[in-house]
Amino acid sequence: MDDLLIARSLFGTTMGFHIIFATIGVGLPFMMLTAELIYQKTKDQEYVVMAKRWTKAFAVLLGVGIPTGTIAGVQLSLLWPGFMEVIGVVMALPFQIEIYAFFIEALFMSIYVYAAERIPPWARITSLVLVAIGALASAVLITNVHAWEGTPTGFRIENGIITDVDPWAAFFNPSFIVTATHVALSAYTTGAFVIASVSAYKLWRTEFNTRIYHFHKKALTLSLIVGGIFSLLTAINGHESAQYLHEYQPEKLAAAEGLFETQSHAPLVIGGFTDRETEEVKYAIHIPWALSFLAGNSFDTVVKGLKEWPEEEWPPLFVHTLFNGMVGIGSLLILLPLLALLWIKFLKRDRYPRWILSTFIASGPLAVLAIEFGWIFACTGRQPWTIYRVLSTADSATTATNLGVLFLAFTAVYVILGVSVVFVLLYYFRKNTVADDLHRAEQKGVPLYGSNT
Amino acid sequence: MTDALLAITVLWGFVFIYAVMATMDFGAGFWSMIYFNRTQTKATNIANRYLSPTWEVTNTFIVALVVAVYSLFPSAAYTLGTVLLIPGSMILLLLALRSAFLVFSNIASEYRKPLTYISGITGILIPGLLISVLPITHGNYIDFTDGRQTLDLVKLFTSLNEYAFIGFAISSTLFLSSLLLADYSKTAEEYEAYAVYRRDAIILGPISLIMAVLIMFTLRTEAPWLFEKMMDNLAFLIASVVFFIIGGLGLFLPSVTGGPKGMPRLTVIAITIQYLLASLVYGQAHLPYIVYPEVTIQNAFTDPNSFRAIFATYIAGFAILFPGFFYFWTLFMNDKRYLQQKPPEETKS
Repeated sequence: MDDLLIARSLFGTTMGFHIIFATIGVGLPFMMLTAELIYQKTKDQEYVVMAKRWTKAFAVLLGVGIPTGTIAGVQLSLLWPGFMEVIGVVMALPFQIEIYAFFIEALFMSIYVYAAERIPPWARITSLVLVAIGALASAVLITNVHAWEGTPTGFRIENGIITDVDPWAAFFNPSFIVTATHVALSAYTTGAFVIASVSAYKLWRTEFNTRIYHFHKKALTLSLIVGGIFSLLTAINGHESAQYLHEYQPEKLAAAEGLFETQSHAPLVIGGFTDRETEEVKYAIHIPWALSFLAGNSFDTVVKGLKEWPEEEWPPLFVHTLFNGMVGIGSLLILLPLLALLWIKFLKRDRYPRWILSTFIASGPLAVLAIEFGWIFACTGRQPWTIYRVLSTADSATTATNLGVLFLAFTAVYVILGVSVVFVLLYYFRKNTVADDLHRAEQKGVPLYGSNT
Repeated sequence: MTDALLAITVLWGFVFIYAVMATMDFGAGFWSMIYFNRTQTKATNIANRYLSPTWEVTNTFIVALVVAVYSLFPSAAYTLGTVLLIPGSMILLLLALRSAFLVFSNIASEYRKPLTYISGITGILIPGLLISVLPITHGNYIDFTDGRQTLDLVKLFTSLNEYAFIGFAISSTLFLSSLLLADYSKTAEEYEAYAVYRRDAIILGPISLIMAVLIMFTLRTEAPWLFEKMMDNLAFLIASVVFFIIGGLGLFLPSVTGGPKGMPRLTVIAITIQYLLASLVYGQAHLPYIVYPEVTIQNAFTDPNSFRAIFATYIAGFAILFPGFFYFWTLFMNDKRYLQQKPPEETKS
């Protein structure tokens, strides 16, 4: 492997690992807040127990999410100094503001966890709202940098020198809102389905009609409602994102759809593999005219094909598969809550059969997988550029060589962290059962949040 | 004051705040490991009570610092990013293990001992590597040929100056953290823990001062330009030593507020001023270079429009965050209910 490829693999591995924790870290506080609000409204102890248990899981995940986020932030400078030099001049604002979001999240997370029993309910709710806002804002702001890489604005380049810098114009670049919304909505979707997965697994294992069974069923219902709403919103916004690609990064859309020839009435291609030699997508389902309609709301819309550009500027063609994976999982996640609704409300069944439970169990890992697909699609689909048509990935990378050892060292640490975080979560929730927490919540004067054993 | 000077002052402020917070953070983790088996003194407990709510906030400062470098001095970030690839990656790897295992040790109580050891040992190595950034910026170990910049690791790690810095970082980490924990345990009225941390501070204070002298001694031959400019400010350096002596007295004088001997709060303040003065002298002598002799605050400075926008967010961010920091402080540093609470092991339901 050449050094550029190793640098990309190293950074990709960092991000691929970090975004699991980052995404759940945005989604979980929203679920915690929802449960805490329902508790304050209904005084149903089960919801405060949910909030407590999700908070503990969140705290453990932060133990990996924060250091890997720190790695990602610093590695940007270490591996992509050429890129960060441009970012520093033009697009430093989102990073800067993100720091304040981090601080808000870190301060109020500690307050919510370690001072929960000493502060009044309104202060608890306020702290949790600030944690959720901090988490959301940091996701939105870092996505803004990604958005700007695709639609760079707010500067000019004259003879290789950056001039006329307008940092706020860069901040409000054309794809900021739509891209950031996509990341935020999909994070909420993922957080909800991760909870749904765990609750469904617990339902599978718990005896029917016990107290614990009802606790998990409540959690499942709550997460499916939240997940259903946000998966639908994600899809609507995803459609808008695709239209932005059509307008601002047409070669990315062409690669996503495996479209070689520029044409109106372009077909939507689902599944299959793009073949560079024969210039077609093999084994795919073609829906005539659909791509033109999706891209521009009319069948006459001309969608540019890959052959508009020299081949060395094409994104890698496998992004078609990633794009399909993301959209496919996203669609499935809209259907699952509808299935639950149908089963419980319209068919009036009081329990889910195993086949439905197993799809719920799969939903969380699938949602995370969709996030990975979407992120890899978004970043490899921009290749060969880091800043679209301004700075190439090769010119961004470090001049240092022998990155292989670093790649191995970081990967090893991610494996250690990944294995131990699963182990710690399993250990904690085995030692602190739902029954323990319900018992603590019912007694006055026994700390629920401070409890650890 | 030019914009570039204002910017480097802000950056220096971040470095100082992070340095103080990080020494307390990494030091507390280390003490928590050292006194793990001596449960009767509650020294570990005090360290954990400080560490649990603060580590995330401290960690945020290091990100703030890195972001401040590339947003204020983008081309310095280019040079630093290039030459710090190896030491920076080592710091990141240690930091990842340290933070994660610190959190795990609080959650998986049965495995607390091995987890505390991992986070304690990785934690104490980090300050030594972090401070290496300073000797690297002195330029002796960077090869600037053909427009490329490379760090000569062998030359770095065979230099006595580098080891003086490492020794200074580790002894200061232990010194400052034992002082803070002495103050913290006295406020919590945990007098046994106070006696332990007071003793540690008395031992480590002189060691860190000797290390500081050793830095100056080796700097004289390794970076004479820096040494001479620092000596121009000899008055400040002497004032710094005076505050060290005041701090020392604070540990031996009888207490005003009652309880055992010593006024640790006075010592914490005096020693913080000591480090502040010394780092002011160092920082001022370092100017105008960020990385000697190629990168200066003028040639690395960002676009003026960007600087104004970023500076505006600093002011807005500070205004928004200050009440949060204050609330945090009242809940964890100043609330007797928190300071004197029983350790989690004793709240079994």
